[in-house]
Parts: sequence; structure tokens; C-alpha cells
Amino acid sequence: MKQSQKNTVKASVIVAIAVLCTTPVSAMHIAEGFLPPMWCAAWGVLFLPFLVWGIFSIKNKCAGNSKIKMLLAMSGAYCFVLSALKMPSFTGSSSHPTGVGLGTVLFGPAAMAVLGLIVLIFQALLLAHGGITTLGANAFSMAVAGPFVGWGVYWAAKKCKAPAWLSVFLAAFTADLFTYMVTATQLALAHHGAEVTFLQSWGKFMGIFAITQLPLAIAEGILTVLVYRMVSSLCAEELRILNPAR
Amino acid sequence: MNRLTKNVIGVVLALAVVVALCVLPLMLNKESEFGGADGAAGDVVLEIQEDFEPWAEPMWSPPGGETESLLFCVQAALGSGVFFFGVGYLAAMKKYKPKDAAK
Repeated sequence: MKQSQKNTVKASVIVAIAVLCTTPVSAMHIAEGFLPPMWCAAWGVLFLPFLVWGIFSIKNKCAGNSKIKMLLAMSGAYCFVLSALKMPSFTGSSSHPTGVGLGTVLFGPAAMAVLGLIVLIFQALLLAHGGITTLGANAFSMAVAGPFVGWGVYWAAKKCKAPAWLSVFLAAFTADLFTYMVTATQLALAHHGAEVTFLQSWGKFMGIFAITQLPLAIAEGILTVLVYRMVSSLCAEELRILNPAR
Repeated sequence: MNRLTKNVIGVVLALAVVVALCVLPLMLNKESEFGGADGAAGDVVLEIQEDFEPWAEPMWSPPGGETESLLFCVQAALGSGVFFFGVGYLAAMKKYKPKDAAK
């Protein structure tokens, strides 16, 4: 095995430990059995190419740099901590942040497809939240749609010469909120009928997910800025390697 | 006021906003039990399509609230353990980096 491959395996072990050590309790994702089989399959297939892209992206970015591997493990661990924090919201129900913002800013959106999927699998298997049948749909919203839109906003904010803290805040805020908007859309697509139109159904699910999520997304944005500042003061050089345009 | 003091004040203020975002809903909705949004979504599914039946069940679920909160604590504690191990590792790497930066 080449040194670079060995390093890749080491990185996967670090991430695996970070992940295995954590048993998430709650996810405000689509519950087991609540999407018809056809939709489950469709979202799963749609997610697959992003997963493959993510695996290669992580492999290339981590090769041979132990500090970057540590950053990857930390991004995964950050995801786990934040998805454990069920926070009360103004609507009177609880939800939790996704934590994908930090990894998106550090590693780009493709890598989050892998980290997010690992989080979701453990939530589904150990804690009966989310679900194996709805894994594809939940992975698509949290590990693909959220990170990619967050990344787009981050990139646009940087183009507009926004300060680093504002770009990071907007990226984490949008990634969090958009994840749940996609969840609402997925439910509405699968659940509307003769009496309830798609738009009415969409409005209801958006009311539950997006509005509940709003204050949480702000909180996640603030936390992510604080963590990002700490990380960037510790390894500015590695951040330049990961994101040369900075 | 030097830069360090300003940074500390900034961090404390930011954390205060996060805490306020959590505490205010509790004070504003005195009646609510703050159930999960996913449960609420399940109810809406059944409201929209009365004949819909969830076609799969979780393979395993925690027996009760106590076990669930145990797993919740384990997740948060170990997740932050890994995270802050990383912070310590990076801080030490920075502090004890060889002067001639041999790589």
C-alpha cells in the first residue's frame, strides 16, 4: 500500500472513531416509513453520485497531511455534537441544527455527502430517528442540498468581499435552513392529493420545519463563526491549502 | 481596550445571543412541551392522506426517555471530546513546531 493510501486509511479510521464514539439521539428528519417506496428509491439514486464524488474529494484533500485529517475528524465531530442539541424554538416544537456548515466551509460541499451520510446512518440505526428507508431522502437534504447551497452562498459572499465571519455565518445559516426546506419539499412532493394540493401541503410542512428552524439556524451560524475563527487561528496554512482562493 | 479584550467581549456577546435564542422560546410558549418537529410532520402526513400508513418500522428504538437521554449525553460528550482533542492537537502542533519548519 502506498503511503498516500495508508494515510487515507488512517483518516478514515480517525473519522470512524469520531463517529463510532457518538450515538445521536434525535433527528428532525423524515421518519421511518413516511415516504412511499418510489420516492425513497428516487432520492437514494440521486444521492449516489454525490457520495462517490465526496469519497474521492476527501481522499484527495486529506492525502499526506495529518492536520487536514484532524480537521476532517473535527468537522464530523462538530456535526455530531450539533445534531445532539435539540433546541426549543419559537413555534413551540424542538429541532436541532445540522452542523454541516463548518465542514462545508473547510472542505467544500462534496466531502459533506460522506460525513452527513455517516451521521444519518447512525441516527437511523441506533436511535430510531430518521430511518433506513428514508436515508436517501434525508441524506440528499442534509448532506447534499444544504451543503451545496451553503457553499454557493459562501462563495458569493466572498466574491462580494464580505468579511470572513459574515461569509461563514451566511454559509452555516443557509446550509441549516435549506436542509429543512428541502425536507419539507420532499414530504410535500410525496404527500398531496385530491383534497390537498401540492402548494397547500408544502405550506404546511414549511410551517413546521422552516419556521421552527429559523432561530436554530441563526444560533448555528454564530457557533460556526466562533469555531471557524478558532480553527483558522490554529492552522491558517492548512486552510490555505484546502481553499487556495482565500 | 486591547485586541484580546475586544475578542473576549465579542465571543461572550455571541454566546449570549445563542443562549437567548434557546431561552426566549421557553419563556414565550409556557404551555408547550416542545415536542420534535418530525413528530408534528408525521401528524400532518396523516392529516393530508388519512389512509396513509407508514410502511416501515424502526429496527430498534430506545425503550424510554431515560435511555434516550443517556444516549443523547453520550453523543454530545464524546462528540465534543473528539472535537476538542483536535483543538488541543492543532494548538500543540502550532506551539511546538520546529523553528526551521522541517516537514
